[in-house]
Amino acid sequence: MDHYQAPDYYGVDELLTEEHKLVRGATRDWVKKEVSPIIEDYAQRAEFPKQLIQGLAEVGAFGPYIPEEYGGAGLDQISYGLMMQEIERGGSGIRSTCSVQSSLVMFPIYAYGTEEQRKKFLPRLASGDMLGCFGLTEPNHGSNPGGMETHYVDKGDHYLLNGAKLWISNSPYADVAVVWAKNEEGRVHGLLVERGMEGFSTPETHNKWSLRASATGELVFSDVKVPKENLLPGKSGLGAPLSCLDSARYGIAWGALGAAMDCYDTALRYAQERKQFGKPIAGFQLQQKKLAEMITEITKGQLLVWRLGTLKNEGRATGAQISMAKRNSVEIALKIARDARQVLGGMGITGDYPIMRHMMNLESVVTYEGTHDIHLLITGMDITGENAFK
Amino acid sequence: MKVLVCISHVPDTTTKIKFTEDNSALDKEGVQFVINPYDEFGLTRAVWLKEKEGAEVTVLTVGGAEVEPTLRKALAIGADNAIRVDQEATDGFQVAKQIAAVAEAEKYDLIITGRESIDYNGGQVGGMVAALLQQPFINACVGMEVEGDKAELIREIDGGKEKLSAQLPFVIGGQKGLVEESDLKIPNMRGIMQARKKPLDVRPPAETAPRTKVGTFEKPAPKGDVKMVDAENIEELVRLLHEEAKAL
Ligand SMILES: Cc1cc2nc3c(=O)[nH]c(=O)nc-3n(C[C@H](O)[C@H](O)[C@H](O)COP(=O)(O)OP(=O)(O)OC[C@H]3O[C@@H](n4cnc5c(N)ncnc54)[C@H](O)[C@@H]3O)c2cc1C
Repeated sequence: MDHYQAPDYYGVDELLTEEHKLVRGATRDWVKKEVSPIIEDYAQRAEFPKQLIQGLAEVGAFGPYIPEEYGGAGLDQISYGLMMQEIERGGSGIRSTCSVQSSLVMFPIYAYGTEEQRKKFLPRLASGDMLGCFGLTEPNHGSNPGGMETHYVDKGDHYLLNGAKLWISNSPYADVAVVWAKNEEGRVHGLLVERGMEGFSTPETHNKWSLRASATGELVFSDVKVPKENLLPGKSGLGAPLSCLDSARYGIAWGALGAAMDCYDTALRYAQERKQFGKPIAGFQLQQKKLAEMITEITKGQLLVWRLGTLKNEGRATGAQISMAKRNSVEIALKIARDARQVLGGMGITGDYPIMRHMMNLESVVTYEGTHDIHLLITGMDITGENAFK
Repeated sequence: MKVLVCISHVPDTTTKIKFTEDNSALDKEGVQFVINPYDEFGLTRAVWLKEKEGAEVTVLTVGGAEVEPTLRKALAIGADNAIRVDQEATDGFQVAKQIAAVAEAEKYDLIITGRESIDYNGGQVGGMVAALLQQPFINACVGMEVEGDKAELIREIDGGKEKLSAQLPFVIGGQKGLVEESDLKIPNMRGIMQARKKPLDVRPPAETAPRTKVGTFEKPAPKGDVKMVDAENIEELVRLLHEEAKAL
């Protein structure tokens, strides 16, 4: 196989271990073999390539940092980040599936579940036998999940769950949903709702112009009887789902850089080959400005996520630090995608190149897992001590 | 069954080759190294022997500490243990001597090398190892089925294939066909984690001296310009061949 190639203007590779590079190279090889050849077609047809689930599991993209005894690989956080980067170079939709499965489904079961729940679900989620989803957002509560209406009542031998969730990645194919709902006292708890439970349905959301190769849908609960052993006992309150989001957002901070790298690589190559007025367009200052700014932002982003990864490995990364990195990576990725598209002129709008697909996908990435605005407010609150949310 | 896969640590095929100032060695600055592609087919075949017949697979490289990532990758792909013979060998004979010394101590049933390594393309190591061990050597091997201590092998020959049978132990020079490209294994995360715990044994080199010495390297002359001659214009072609190319 070819060696790994990616922008590395500052020798950031030297900050990685040999094992990190092996993880990254293996993920890259897998993406090039399995994702790159098909992703454009699935995105065009707005279809989730569900046959990739087995391969993602086999390569180890589901729960790479979950301990081996539960089916994970027990890798560190930088390895997880590098995997997300490489998978998102292929496509944000596939990376979204991995983020949800690892950080939003396996992580809460591992961190807040009982030993029985861990044993029952984690190995099957790691092996791809089961697909999971994460239900926090509701039709009337997006940025403000604390206002959620989904709730359950203790019926003695079970909980009775009612409500609805919207914009849920993987929902149409999910075997299990980690659902956040309020109890009778109004406190948020996590429940494991399994496909087949009566009153539980997962209609798909159609007509998306973004993340077209990822399935998005609703979770509808009408009088769903959830066995009591399906409650995640380890943590309650809004902090529980937010801690999962921290883990996923961390992966997105790496992932979005992957999309940016793919756009930059494509634009650089094109600019060196495409000739106008008798010379490669890379020779014109206006195109150089775009390309030079792209590599500058990618390089800054690489250093930011690497440092965040080391903090996370030491258990020291704060939610606010993760917000900053998620926001920064997605912002620069979107700008790079837009500039890269212009470098390609008309060709940039076609599916022959990945740029427009990345650009449209990133419009979801900039909104989900905390919108661009909300992450800014988190930084603002962190540095001023003033809450500007409400 | 004990299988040894000899792995060469070579520059990636897309490397732009440069030499050191006096042209006596490859300039390794910025070069990425990979498992020699021919050896990757052999490694995958060995991992199959492990999966199907419970073979124990050892990978070996003769080289300095910089080759260890290549051995770790081989462990992540599925080898059980690794040996690095700590020597910067400078010719095929030296490499073969080191491998043979390890093999004499460890008694492998099967030794897999690549038909050649894509850096210096010597194509000598497998044959020399076999000779040093007094074992049969099957080069350009594109198929191998092992049954007990016997094996049926297929070898690529000019214009066709040759079927052979051989008795273990022997040495093969492997290539594509032993397994197909689509069979090559991408290490997975669990494999990478397990590789951390697998033994990588660094051994002092046996006493050897190279038998050849590199003088200088030079790159092939760049291709000349292409001149298009109209198919009808035979006279012009003949003139060019005669006067410019001086081929006639
Ligand atoms: C493709 C896709 C997949 C998704 N997957 C999941 C999933 O798997 N699970 C899940 O739970 N959710 C998921 N989401 C939901 C996502 O997290 C929400 O869309 C997001 O949190 C924003 O909520 P909203 O869409 O209701 O927008 P709103 O919260 O209504 O926000 C609308 C606008 O108002 C701004 N805004 C809101 N509050 C403030 C404020 N206080 N100050 C300033 N500006 C503010 C926002 O920044 C935004 O620009 C997904 C979304 C998409 C698009």
